[in-house]
Amino acid sequence: MTTVAVVDYGMGNLRSVAKAIERVAPTAQVRIAADAATVAAADRVVVPGQGAMPDCMRELNSRGLREAVIHAAAEKPFLGICIGLQMLFEQSEEGDTPGLGLLAGHVRRFAHEAMVGAHGTRLKVPHMGWNEVQQAKPHALWGDIDDDARFYFVHSYYVEPAVSAVIAGTTRYGIPFTSAVARDNIFAVQFHPEKSAQAGLQLLGNFMNWNP
Amino acid sequence: MLAKRIIPCLDVNAGRVVKGVNFVGLKDAGDPVEIARRYDEQGADEITFLDITASSDQRDIILHIVERVADQVFIPLTVGGGVRKVEDVRRLLNAGADKVSMNTAAVDNPQLVADASGKVGSQCIVVAVDAKQVAPGKWEVFTHGGRKATGLDVIDWVRKVAALGAGEILLTSMDRDGTRNGFDLALTRSISEAVEIPVIASGGVGTLQHLADGVVEGKADAVLAASIFHYGEFTVRQAKRFMHDQGIEMRL
Repeated sequence: MTTVAVVDYGMGNLRSVAKAIERVAPTAQVRIAADAATVAAADRVVVPGQGAMPDCMRELNSRGLREAVIHAAAEKPFLGICIGLQMLFEQSEEGDTPGLGLLAGHVRRFAHEAMVGAHGTRLKVPHMGWNEVQQAKPHALWGDIDDDARFYFVHSYYVEPAVSAVIAGTTRYGIPFTSAVARDNIFAVQFHPEKSAQAGLQLLGNFMNWNP
Repeated sequence: MLAKRIIPCLDVNAGRVVKGVNFVGLKDAGDPVEIARRYDEQGADEITFLDITASSDQRDIILHIVERVADQVFIPLTVGGGVRKVEDVRRLLNAGADKVSMNTAAVDNPQLVADASGKVGSQCIVVAVDAKQVAPGKWEVFTHGGRKATGLDVIDWVRKVAALGAGEILLTSMDRDGTRNGFDLALTRSISEAVEIPVIASGGVGTLQHLADGVVEGKADAVLAASIFHYGEFTVRQAKRFMHDQGIEMRL
């Protein structure tokens, strides 16, 4: 039986993530993991996270989960969601916060002057709601998900990878930005699959069946 | 492109969805979990629960409902009603809510908006604003279901809560609420243009055209409605199709 750890570092509600995984993988054991040993013991690891990046990194460090997450990202099927995507990069503009540095690049805020939509309308920040994800490369996690399928986003910062080969999905909001990345055993998304109805559940199911 | 959102709203009293006007003659309309599931199947982009339970000893019932809904419905859930403290926000989020809406408590204590968003993130904090027109182009914030004037100008107020850390505004026209004459579009547009955060229009929807007007003329990011969906006049899917056919970006 496969076990999946949903890493709990006190930032945001993990219940929805755990319940969504239970829905798509009824035989899997889903563990909310607040300690390094539980993360280390799991076959698959999901790192969610919401709120402010400085708080997320501080909590991850102070709870002794930093190394466990880095190890998981090196060797197991790994899914990052929202801040769980952003923290993989070197640095975030949000509070000038260092990330884990597993992927080259930075996390930027949507710039006010770029937030102009069709017919000159102002785009709101946070980027909140259902937007399209264009699949930048084939990947097991996109299985049975339409190109340009809509997922639920809520964020004010986005990742800017230094290496374009890791870009797995892009989304347009004033500017085109990277909404999914993939490298080896890592897949990470800016949107919330656990809140994205059928498309989100499909992605989580794909993750649970993924053998990179 | 980012889609405009349709958000059905459910009033919950002591654990049941109710319909009624001004808290009088409340009629039982069913199980919140079943109804939420039905709206999800119809393609609702989010669901909002408004807990109107009067007695404080029944307040925790909403937590169990949120848990049960969140276990089965995988779209964003907003919960409002009776939120007074950061601890109330935290408990609702832990039960499975994605956003918590506050109204009177924010007026009584604006620092609550800052404290709550500082603790859980702006994206989780919705400030609900009940507005009444007091002069042409001028609206005042009311609380207690529109019965109590606050002296606050609505535009000043939304700018203030946005600066304090609110992530979204749920704007209800008390003049239109329950009338089925459509949103107060001048109000909606004024507020949407006054702040950088998303604005949800509410109050007055009677037809599908009203929903489209709220987005196109009111410049709302999302539209919230209760009765047109509860009474089975229209499904959420019909509403989305109608708006899509008018050229509005929707998730179909």
